[in-house]
Amino acid sequence: MKAARLARRNVLHRPLETGLSVLLLAFGVGIISLMLLMQRSLTEDLDRNIKDIDLVLGAKGSPLQLILANVYHVDVPTGNIALADARKIMRHPYIEEAIPLAYGDNYELFRIVGTEPSYPAHYNAEIAEGKMFEAAFEVVIGQEVAAATGLNIGDTFYSAHGLTDGTDVHRDKAYTVVGTFDRTGAVIDQLILTPIASVWGVHEDVEDANEEITAVLLKKKNPLAILTLPNLLRDTPMQVALPAIEMNRLTQQFGIGLQTLRAVALLIMGLSFISVFIALFASLRDRRYELALLRTMGAPPRRLFALVLFEGLWMTVAGIAAGLLLSRLGVMALGQVLEDRFHYEVTQLVPVPGEFVLAAAALLVGAVAAGIPARSALRIDISNTLGQGR
Amino acid sequence: MLKTQGLRYQYAGADTALAFPDLHMDKGDELLLLGASGTGKTTLLHLVAGMRTPTAGSVTLAGAPFSALNTAERDQTRGKHMGIVFQTAHFVRSLTVGENLALARSLAGCAPDAAVIEGLLQELGLGHKLNARVDALSVGEQQRVSIARAVVHGPGLILADEPTSALDDANTDAVLTLLRNQAKRTGAALLVVTHDQRLKDRMSQHVELNPTS
Repeated sequence: MKAARLARRNVLHRPLETGLSVLLLAFGVGIISLMLLMQRSLTEDLDRNIKDIDLVLGAKGSPLQLILANVYHVDVPTGNIALADARKIMRHPYIEEAIPLAYGDNYELFRIVGTEPSYPAHYNAEIAEGKMFEAAFEVVIGQEVAAATGLNIGDTFYSAHGLTDGTDVHRDKAYTVVGTFDRTGAVIDQLILTPIASVWGVHEDVEDANEEITAVLLKKKNPLAILTLPNLLRDTPMQVALPAIEMNRLTQQFGIGLQTLRAVALLIMGLSFISVFIALFASLRDRRYELALLRTMGAPPRRLFALVLFEGLWMTVAGIAAGLLLSRLGVMALGQVLEDRFHYEVTQLVPVPGEFVLAAAALLVGAVAAGIPARSALRIDISNTLGQGR
Repeated sequence: MLKTQGLRYQYAGADTALAFPDLHMDKGDELLLLGASGTGKTTLLHLVAGMRTPTAGSVTLAGAPFSALNTAERDQTRGKHMGIVFQTAHFVRSLTVGENLALARSLAGCAPDAAVIEGLLQELGLGHKLNARVDALSVGEQQRVSIARAVVHGPGLILADEPTSALDDANTDAVLTLLRNQAKRTGAALLVVTHDQRLKDRMSQHVELNPTS
């Protein structure tokens, strides 16, 4: 019988001690792995949406809010700006590309955004079916919108005022779906895009639409744009914000919480290794006679060492496997919540590089935690142990 | 099969060394080592089994020097050529009766053979205990299983340390008969160490150990 197999039997023979060690390790590994997966998903998502947007022009207010609302479409906009004023910036020689966005209303909580075809083009969103919007009140919808609302090409719908509820429905002008986008993985999947003119059209009766837009996504031609534009805007109701810097600030604020969580997870992992260590030492004291017996039956000391080491490794491997499984269940559960509440997709289930490091490190520490009791198995005096007769 | 020469053993802190009579056993021989407590019976058994290294003298097993081997080599040689029945039966508790026997065979380098194990258990009246947990056996059953474990790999030498001290007359007879039958069946030499005078009349060859010899 191989030492590894006997080790597994021995470990399973002590379900409580083994269970505690495995459980602790599973939680430690699970939390860290969950953090790695979420982090990967988050940064990929953030980066995908920032994609070459250097600056965002919008109404004065919180720059972070400006970014969240217009790049990620998760917050309410800071306000509107006059298209005429924005044009001056959009035509600035330091600017290579400018994509105007005008927030309209929502349909079943999916945002209707007035823009130009350059916006989907920026995210490489191809038309899956139908055609690109041209006239006012034509819309092209993202994959998520299509899946959630069941809208098809040729369908019409009325928008609801604002961004967050569906109570105040505009009954005057109906939107017509003329196309759908391929899945991009970017926020476009969750948007309803239409020419800016449709947004103005809807609100004609509410305010004297002096041609206002919400924001402009800017791509710089010259790095000096980042220094020059804020000065140009100092005495206007407009501002520019840098997505990369704002998101960095945001993740750093997240960071403190994440660091605390990581410290707790490492603490749990540390406890689990102590638990493996104690479980093996206690079982060793309990099994001195058994181990001495194995020696008399022909197992040399190195086999006893291997046996105890394997027992520790079994617990470690089981803990790591359970932890990685746990984190994936966690991603699926959290992903469901995030998608239901924020239309934010988390699908990172493929192992990320950090997880290999995590598993390797846990295995190594597990081997060390098992190695110390295993060494003491080498030193058992079989004659004294068996002579006591017990 | 077994030859000892001038075996002496001095415990750390003891004034004098224990000296033991030379033993010579061929295959199929039976020998009873009798002695009161303190005469070093168990020490002699452990020297023969290579579980202790003698202070002086040597043990030769199957014609080859045994006591001069290193620890790991002695462990492996012992596993292959000897079967030991201890005073108190102990097993690998995570394994079943059958698996404990299979483990003894595998450590001795024998191929796993379910038929041998089942046949042996049948013979000892334990056929129905093949898949039983060792913790679930009665004391008498445990002693019989430990005899089975001592012979399952066909060793040339069977050592028994006080196999009957905890048993009544009827069981003493039964255990001794089992040991002798198994030794005879496999042609092994049988060395029994005991203070149990009841065995004296039942085994022809015996050596008495004297205190402070």
